Amino acid sequence: MSDTAWMTASEIAAAVAAKKVSARAVVEAALARITERNPVLNAFTDITAARALARADAVDAGRAGGALAGVPFAVKNLFDVAGLPTRAGSAINRERAPAARDAALVRRLEAAGAILVGALNMGEYAYDFTGENRHDGPSRNPHDTTRMSGGSSGGSGNAVAGGLVPLALGSDTNGSIRVPASLCGLFGLKPTFGRLPRTGSFPFVSSLDHLGPLARSVGDLALSYDAMQGPDAEDPMCAGRPAVSVLPALEQGIAGLRVARAGGYFRTNLMPDAAAAVEKVASALGVAREVELPEAARAQAAAFLITTTEAAALHLERLRARAREFDPDVRDRLIAGAVVPAAMVGRAQKFRRWYRDAVLRLFGEVDAILAPATPCSAPLLGQKTFVLDGVELPVRANLGIFTQPISFIGLPVVAVPVTGALPVAVQVIAAPWREDVALRIARHLEATGVAVAQRPA
Amino acid sequence: MTDAELEAYMDASAAVLGIAIAPEWRDAVRANLALSLRMATVVAAFPLEDEAEPAPVFTP
Repeated sequence: MSDTAWMTASEIAAAVAAKKVSARAVVEAALARITERNPVLNAFTDITAARALARADAVDAGRAGGALAGVPFAVKNLFDVAGLPTRAGSAINRERAPAARDAALVRRLEAAGAILVGALNMGEYAYDFTGENRHDGPSRNPHDTTRMSGGSSGGSGNAVAGGLVPLALGSDTNGSIRVPASLCGLFGLKPTFGRLPRTGSFPFVSSLDHLGPLARSVGDLALSYDAMQGPDAEDPMCAGRPAVSVLPALEQGIAGLRVARAGGYFRTNLMPDAAAAVEKVASALGVAREVELPEAARAQAAAFLITTTEAAALHLERLRARAREFDPDVRDRLIAGAVVPAAMVGRAQKFRRWYRDAVLRLFGEVDAILAPATPCSAPLLGQKTFVLDGVELPVRANLGIFTQPISFIGLPVVAVPVTGALPVAVQVIAAPWREDVALRIARHLEATGVAVAQRPA
Repeated sequence: MTDAELEAYMDASAAVLGIAIAPEWRDAVRANLALSLRMATVVAAFPLEDEAEPAPVFTP
């Protein structure tokens, strides 16, 4: 147990259950790593040391425990943590009353024995793909601290990839779990829309908000996801489906699964490293078939439109009274979103149903679809533009062009990291409610060494 | 729509909403609005039946 920094959650839970190591020792080691590394990585905005140590003692005394016994984890700071104001990456929210209780998913993970050690940096109000934050500074990429972590769950990405904790929760409205998973080289799960309850998390776009885990192994995604499933009447968007454990199916392999890669839209605007990652995964899976997600570019536009207008409605009063206290990049988009004509947004929600029906038809012929997660590996911090297919484009809006048309219709996705000079991930996309299929494929890619969460040098 | 027309629309709409746009933000807000309206035009160009239902489902 000399090096717990790169142990998976599953390994930690097994060691704690076997009393090979105490939960207190695991948590103390995590807190020591956070103290040492956080000044560089800037992952944590709050460290809940006293609470974590008390919880560890409860696990060691046998008063708490379960499948995640003694596993330290942290959450994007839009999750409620009892006693902390839920800042959601903003300055304004710091004036909120401290949360009275933990978010539903924090409660569920702790009920399984996991131990919350803190809250994580994020792009303001989650309207971000970079992991940069005007108020708290950027989340830095552990593979190269001059580069972006990706966002908006930037701290969730760099805390796990930097070895501070084995498991973190993030949110994903248009790609905010999958983008940092790609840039930081992690496995990330964005479940089906409505699968996990959002109770006790600060919203961004109610129509599109998802929550999910980031980890360094597929087993840890499955373990934590299983602990978080189940209905919750407090989130009206939660579908109320019974929990279906994915862990038992994880090692089933990919025999019988029909996998295709996404063509057209998903073949353009790719830098060589991201294109090579898709090629590597497709080749390892023996994928011969290509499918076209019809109208994917229009889906990206519609997701963009619903996002900017719903978010503007959420923040309208703050835009009236306190616009100067926003991150300017976020503020200027929200004000623009506020004045987009409502009739145009209504069209986007109608198109969304058309697109859902069209894409679901593809799942009659295939079980999973591969697509790039990001157009490239991590850009430099502060970088404003990049060149895709010969056109200079803004980084901030375009890091999510491949994730946005997928979350738009709530499909479950596992981002699987492929190593290179810098990591970059591939999306394994499944039909609604078939997280098990995406996880099985991800596990196969991990077991065969194709997808790896590589330890930073 | 010209830049001047877009600015007039932006100013009038922001006034309706009670949002004050500071002079130093104007260019960025206008650029973001132009982008959002381009996206909206792309979406609106897709033909849909009058009977097409929106995605969100309300359960009483």
